[in-house]
Amino acid sequence: MSPDLTGLVTAAKTGDRSAFDELVKATYADMYTLAYRLTGNEEDARDVVQDAYLRAYRGIKRFRGDARFTTWMYRITANCASTQMSKRARTRHDELDDDFDLVDNQADHDPEQRAELAFDRDRIARALEELPPRLRAVIVLRDVYDLPHESIAAELGITEAAAKVRLHRARRKLRERLFPHRLELTVTEGDDAHAV
Amino acid sequence: MTLMLSEHPRRTTRRLTCEEVAAALPGIVDGNDEADRRVQHHVATCLRCQAELVHYRKLLRALRMLRTEYLEPAPGMLSSILANLEEAGERGAIRSLLSGRRAAYIGGVAVAATAAGAAGTVVLVSRASNRRKGMRLAG
Repeated sequence: MSPDLTGLVTAAKTGDRSAFDELVKATYADMYTLAYRLTGNEEDARDVVQDAYLRAYRGIKRFRGDARFTTWMYRITANCASTQMSKRARTRHDELDDDFDLVDNQADHDPEQRAELAFDRDRIARALEELPPRLRAVIVLRDVYDLPHESIAAELGITEAAAKVRLHRARRKLRERLFPHRLELTVTEGDDAHAV
Repeated sequence: MTLMLSEHPRRTTRRLTCEEVAAALPGIVDGNDEADRRVQHHVATCLRCQAELVHYRKLLRALRMLRTEYLEPAPGMLSSILANLEEAGERGAIRSLLSGRRAAYIGGVAVAATAAGAAGTVVLVSRASNRRKGMRLAG
């Protein structure tokens, strides 16, 4: 559980640098984790976190306190990561397309073992890393960090409708990756489907 | 007079296919988007789509679990962030000091200019009055 940071936030808003430093100490691992999940690499994640805390430091007086400090930081981090990824996309030509097919590299496991492993955290984390960045950003912010669609859209510079479409595509791709076999059915005429 | 109400033609609704329902599942799994009644009905009677929904629910639970998992940042990262903030703080302080000094300088110049103007006016006025006194004595 994250500690109560209210006192530190109040002090930091009055210009108390040491209070802001304490806020950094309490939250930087969390922000680094988010940044890594969004950017997919350590170097970018470090830059994003540096940038996010600088922006937060400059803007702490404007923080109204109607959300938790960590939620506010998630939004700033998401925005910085989006900027960083745009910079990367401009310099990279091998950007993955949204329709890129995910390949299950663990196809040799038997079904029971697969089911056991399906929700192994490492597998989920790896599957997330393999998603195209635009889809990954939305599903991480919504399903891992619980940010509302409105905030996600604002920080990524897209519409709410686009955020939802990306979220659904990302969920579908992850499902395909983690549960590659769909239930096989036989359908008889005039009857409902039966599992086999 | 008796009103004859014509009977409405009975609406027939096409049953959704599993593919159509599958496309809707990622949106309704967290309860944010309300499921269409036809989708609800289909899921209630279709094992395949129920299994799909279970997969999506498991997926969401697993993603939420990641929230409590932190990656280990590189060892020097915290000190690097704090050093950056320190530098930004110093730059900010210098900037505000400079802007304060600039304001003081401009204020000083304005006061000096006003004082010089006032002194000039006093000199001119006293010269004019001396000239008038001299003319009176000569007369």
